[in-house]
Parts: sequence; structure tokens; C-alpha cells
Amino acid sequence: MATFLFYLLSIITVASVVAMIFSRHQAHNALLLAVAFTSLGGLFALLQAPFIATVQIIIYAGAIMVLFIFVIMMIDLRQPFPPLRKKWVFALGALLIVVIFFELIMVIKSFPTASKATNLDFGHPASLGKLLFSKYLYPFEITSILIVAAMVGSLYLARRKER
Amino acid sequence: MSPVAFFILSLLLFTLGALAFLFKRDLITQFMAIEIMLNAANLALVAGAKTWASLDSQVVVFFVITVAAAEAAVGLAIILLIYRQKKNIRSEEINLLKG
Repeated sequence: MATFLFYLLSIITVASVVAMIFSRHQAHNALLLAVAFTSLGGLFALLQAPFIATVQIIIYAGAIMVLFIFVIMMIDLRQPFPPLRKKWVFALGALLIVVIFFELIMVIKSFPTASKATNLDFGHPASLGKLLFSKYLYPFEITSILIVAAMVGSLYLARRKER
Repeated sequence: MSPVAFFILSLLLFTLGALAFLFKRDLITQFMAIEIMLNAANLALVAGAKTWASLDSQVVVFFVITVAAAEAAVGLAIILLIYRQKKNIRSEEINLLKG
């Protein structure tokens, strides 16, 4: 069952990202990205991370995608983007990507094939919360300052200049 | 399910995101490609948490998601500003610093 779910979710994720590369319409891209994020949330749940899966679906597939869609509606570009004409850029980019892919495959070969985490309450939200408020208390508080700074900064940037 | 399969999936997603970033020309889709790469890194971190039975990398994923939310807000505000100034969002036409 877990194997079937893994293959189903990974095929959905990879297919929507590939479709995003070929699609030229930003609203379609945003929808495909929401699908990819939701199925990634399912993959997180398969890896015994229910809290991360929930946060992924709420923040990525919810909040960030709403932000993207609002900006797409505000920008309102009528014409779709023509494809890139410089062929050598394609070739160079594809070559670089293939090199990175095989480099990282070499790294992954040295990883262990069996996982250590077997007990059922690994990744339980309560244990994650305890870790957040003890060992990672300072990063947690600094993150809240970062969120406030980002909020004020984006409000300041996106305001209309008054004459 | 072997964790290596999850690592290979995250690697595939990362390279696809990098490909989308290099091949696309509008800023919004390039920004989406960055989000895909961040998510691929998150998947690798969660797979690592299960492989080495350590909850710390799940906490790191939590921080990555919060920082990505902040980054998306500021980045989209900057894209909006570029659109107001130039009336389009092609990344190749943003060459103010070109000598």
C-alpha cells in the first residue's frame, strides 16, 4: 500500500512539474504547482511527518499559492510568453542540469538503504513542538521577527506612491 | 519503502525545478521554480529524518517553510514593483545594472 501510494504521489508531482515547464500560461502554472505541493504533502505523510505534511498543505498549497494567484491577477499579462530563441542557452542549461543530476546520484549511492525510525510516534506533533520550544527556541523567536519584517517590507514595497 | 527512492525523487524534483528556472523567462514562473527547488530540499530533509531517526531535520523543514513564506511575500511585492515600472515581467529585460 505504501509503495503504491509512493509511486502514485511521485508520478503526480513529477508530471505536474514537467507540465509546468511546458505550459506558457501563468495561471495554469500556479494550479499545477498547487497540485505538486499537495501531493508532496502526501509524501511527507508517508515519511512519518504528519505535522510537516499539514504545514505543507496549509502554507504552501494554501497561503503561498493564494499570494501567487493574487499577483497573477494584478499583473494581467494578455499575451503568453514566446519561447526562448537562443538555442545555446537551452543546450548549456540542459548540460549543467544533467551534470548536477549525476553528481547527486553519486552522493545518494552512499546513503543507507534501510531507515532507523520504526516506532510509531516518531514525528508526532507533540514531540516536534517540544523540540521547537526547547532546543530551537531562539531560532523560533527569530523566525517571528523575520515574518514581521517581511510583512512590513512587502507592505512598504507594494504601496502606491501618493502624489 | 526504501528511503533511497525518496532521495532520488527529491533529486529529480530539484533538477526539474532548476530546468524550469533556466528555461522560463517570466519572473513569476521562475519564482515558482525556486519554490519547487525549496520543496525538493524539504523532501530530502524529511527522508533524512526517517533514515537517521532524528527529528531535528523535521524542525529544519519547519523553518524552511516559514522562511519561504516570508521570501514569497517580499519577492512577489518586488515583482509587482517591476511590473509597475516596466509594464512587463520578462527577466531578460531587467538589465538596469548592465554596463
